Amino acid sequence: MKTATLQIRTPEGIVFSQSLAGPVTRFLAWFVDVSCVLAIMVCVGYLAVVLALISSGFATAFYTLAYFVISIAYGIACEWGWRGQTVGKRLLRLRVVDAEGLRLQFNQVVTRNLLRFIDALPVFYFVGGVVCWLHPRCQRLGDIAANTLVIRNPRLLEPDLDQLLTGKFNSLRQYPHLAARLRQNLSPSEAALGLQALLRRDEFEPVARIELFAALAEHFRAKVEFPPEATDGIADEQYVRNVVDVIYRTRTDAKLERVGA
Amino acid sequence: MIIDLQRFVASERPCWAELERMLDKLEQEPNARMSLEQIQRFQILFERTAADLAKLTTFSSEPETRRYLEHLVARAYGEIHETRERRRRIFPLRWFFETLPQTFRRHVRAFWLSLAITLAGCAFGALALSLDPEAKSVLMPFSHLQQDPAQRVAQEEKAVTDRLAGNKSSFSTFLMTHNTKVSILTLAMGMTWGVGTVVLLFYNGVILGAVAADYVAAGQTKFLLGWLLPHGVVEIPAILIAGQAGLILAGALIGWGSRVPMRTRLRRVTGDLVTLIFGVGLLLVWAGFIEAFLSQYHEPVVPYFAKIAFGLVELLLLILYLSFSGSGRNPLGVREASVPVQEAAR
Repeated sequence: MKTATLQIRTPEGIVFSQSLAGPVTRFLAWFVDVSCVLAIMVCVGYLAVVLALISSGFATAFYTLAYFVISIAYGIACEWGWRGQTVGKRLLRLRVVDAEGLRLQFNQVVTRNLLRFIDALPVFYFVGGVVCWLHPRCQRLGDIAANTLVIRNPRLLEPDLDQLLTGKFNSLRQYPHLAARLRQNLSPSEAALGLQALLRRDEFEPVARIELFAALAEHFRAKVEFPPEATDGIADEQYVRNVVDVIYRTRTDAKLERVGA
Repeated sequence: MIIDLQRFVASERPCWAELERMLDKLEQEPNARMSLEQIQRFQILFERTAADLAKLTTFSSEPETRRYLEHLVARAYGEIHETRERRRRIFPLRWFFETLPQTFRRHVRAFWLSLAITLAGCAFGALALSLDPEAKSVLMPFSHLQQDPAQRVAQEEKAVTDRLAGNKSSFSTFLMTHNTKVSILTLAMGMTWGVGTVVLLFYNGVILGAVAADYVAAGQTKFLLGWLLPHGVVEIPAILIAGQAGLILAGALIGWGSRVPMRTRLRRVTGDLVTLIFGVGLLLVWAGFIEAFLSQYHEPVVPYFAKIAFGLVELLLLILYLSFSGSGRNPLGVREASVPVQEAAR
């Protein structure tokens, strides 16, 4: 699966990254948006029925114009008013942003929405989907012209540590400065690897399980060397469990107030 | 190095929250202006938050906090490093009388190219029909154009009932929306390096040339002018301007002779494309009204000379508007004069 990221380096030297949305997620968001437009048109249709009592010609004109305006203006109004989001994008946690991390401009919003006319060809956004699929930054033609990207803000679920870490004594916690160094030296993916291994421990064959945790424990031991009294007599799996506890429990135990939207 | 993560987060959180509040306010009130002290504070908070993110980036835990800080820094980065003009208010009259014609003139070469392609299509259509009258159904695949011109004129002039009675508004709306869709597609086809735009302009020209040749050959020139001029003098330039926009887009995409990166080239023309296509929309609304309420009525209801004169007056006004409106004020155009230095260097 394609999981491209947008990385921006600020003049201050800070790098921040955001995940880019792929064509399938974007198609689903579009599907929701089309449903929204159709729902609005049903309401407009009822209004047109009332207007038809006065003049059928006027009612037809009203409906035709309303459909045209709403189908084009829906994306523009939502993305401009909600800072790059439509109903579909909100539901799927997507957002349109400037390709260089700058503020999204009205002109960009209009351009990317008008260029849907070519992206939607011949049916169901085939052109836009193919371009998005092939493009390294997952841009459709409208995004390329408008210098925009669609990013994902996935909700990060906290791991259920209680089922893994049973509150047993953790000898590594006796050395807070080494625990801090461990948190510093381990990359997020390495920490996640340890966590996933623990979460899936019952799915492994017994031999594979022993080998896996031995390899992980060896890798973690190489990152930070704890004194022998903290590690002697601890099985490899328990060592990995202690490492994960040191890394992830910091936040959970502290009961910090949630920061973030 | 962070020894005590809990203390670090607790001590920095007020700064992050303050920055978030300032960002919320900026985004909710785009017209609000910050004082110098507020701007300085904003800058300090951004730098501090960015530094916090740098500290947390290699940290194995706290993925949510890291993501939150990334989101915060991304928002603040956009506000601090944005150099493009922020439109605080919309002035419709200024836009109509200055921005639109200035933008048109700034890219007038693309318009002439659009016109040339259409005229080439006209010549091809006229020539093809005169050489092979049997090709009429291929060149003009529309049922209402298949009839013999002389017969149609006779029918129209003898008509005693208004065939559009009660349907003028719906017909007008259909014309507006259909033509606007074609125009937007003509613009959007610029993304095919202009090939699609050229094909659409040429095809429009072919139909126009074939219709003109058909009616002229049948001796119905007066009817043709009375029928097409009232709305055509606005509708055809509108399509040409849409073609102009498509060619501008293609030019930015191709970037002949330009050493500026494609993204910068596209960024520079985006505003002009939007201005032009909104202008096209306005022209087509007018053309739609005229076509439904005037163009479809012929002698004896409306004299041909009156319709032709009306069309010529419209054409004259349109030429004057596009050529001279707003020329006394900032002839370079607001956007062109204010291309940010940072953007140009990017």
